[in-house]
Amino acid sequence: MKPASFTYHDPVSIGDVADLLCRHENARLLAGGQSLMPMMNFRLVTPDHLIDLNRVEGLAGIETRGNVLRFGAMTRQRDIELSAQVKQFCPVMQEALRHVGHCQTRNRGTIGGSLCHLDPSAELVNITALHDGTLHAASRRGARRLEFTEFATGYMSNALEPDELLVAVGLTPWSPHHGYAFVEVARRLGDYAIVGVSAQVELDRHGAIRRAALAISGLETTPVRPALAERGLLGQEPSPAIFRAAAAEVGKLGAMSDAYVTAAYRQHLGRILTYRALERAVARSYERMKV
Amino acid sequence: MTDTRHLKLRVNDREYERVVETRLTLADFLRHEIGLTGTHVGCEHGVCGACTVLVEGRSCRSCLLLAVQAHGREIRTVEGLAAADGTLSPLQQAFWETHALQCGFCIPGVLMTLTELLAANQTPSEAEIRERITGNICRCTGYQSIIEATLLAAERLRQGREVA
Repeated sequence: MKPASFTYHDPVSIGDVADLLCRHENARLLAGGQSLMPMMNFRLVTPDHLIDLNRVEGLAGIETRGNVLRFGAMTRQRDIELSAQVKQFCPVMQEALRHVGHCQTRNRGTIGGSLCHLDPSAELVNITALHDGTLHAASRRGARRLEFTEFATGYMSNALEPDELLVAVGLTPWSPHHGYAFVEVARRLGDYAIVGVSAQVELDRHGAIRRAALAISGLETTPVRPALAERGLLGQEPSPAIFRAAAAEVGKLGAMSDAYVTAAYRQHLGRILTYRALERAVARSYERMKV
Repeated sequence: MTDTRHLKLRVNDREYERVVETRLTLADFLRHEIGLTGTHVGCEHGVCGACTVLVEGRSCRSCLLLAVQAHGREIRTVEGLAAADGTLSPLQQAFWETHALQCGFCIPGVLMTLTELLAANQTPSEAEIRERITGNICRCTGYQSIIEATLLAAERLRQGREVA
């Protein structure tokens, strides 16, 4: 089993990648290869031109720009998992990464690859939705910024044009005392999640919730931010009753169904995982405020 | 039309140069081009972990890497674990002693995965070892003795460090 023939390109600059994308039809970009390579081995994808991003300068790395944590598209998942900066500013990402494939796949897999592939259950896609992340694209026509909601257009589909590549994603960290949690249900650790939920909360000095975000993967083709549930948490003193109320709102959302998992089961998981995520996020917020 | 490239890389401290088709996977390169058949090929789509090798010290699926992507890189395979005189690595020795392999098909990948773990962490908990080998499927389901072997190897590595 091997991929069908293609012409291989290994450019070293973003400009060269943009040129190649302009020049060639049926070209695919190869990032970490943990999804594209299996699809090519199965010949589900048969590009005429394969443009390898692994030797491109300036596409990998984590840096703080102003109040934004910026991830180069070719930053390996494993490097994000081990980053002290991410641990400090965006710990929910590391909790989510534990569920992304396995160490061997995270060593190669990249954040940009996960975002462009846009699997409905992908954890890094969920975390980007949770943060209202900004995606930076480049092409010969110039640079472009897209909000996550503009970028994620549907089932494994993103808004990049055929001549564009993803260069980076920016997430804005929450205040240092925020509480966070990522929980999911999968058949086995490292499998595709059936449903995954991330939650972040910030409490004011009286202990009431002043900011809350939830992102639910596995219900729809892209992560859902349940506006009613988020709004219902604001100004409330954390309690099992208010977690239950938010979870009940999530339970009312529509859900996909397939040959393995019914919509009703996904809704059930959305509800109970929302409760667990909020409970853990609030507990963490208390802990982090004490320190 | 065949797209080929000149490829030069180091495998187990030895340099190799070949002209290969760009669609050749690293797993097939190791097995068919340079005869290192210790790396096993199971599923060929990144699920089973049998083909795991170390690239620059990091474990990865060699069925999901093109050989050309390894140009200029340092690769370690299961053949590179034992010393030149045949002395097994502490991990291999522990596998031997605790009967951590049955049919052995998955073991090259398991050894590379756990070699990476022990290089970074010589005090892994049982839970950490279990989590790490989620990426390697053993259909004999011999995980229990694989874990025992890893704990034993870690203990010996720690002792070795104290003696040194």
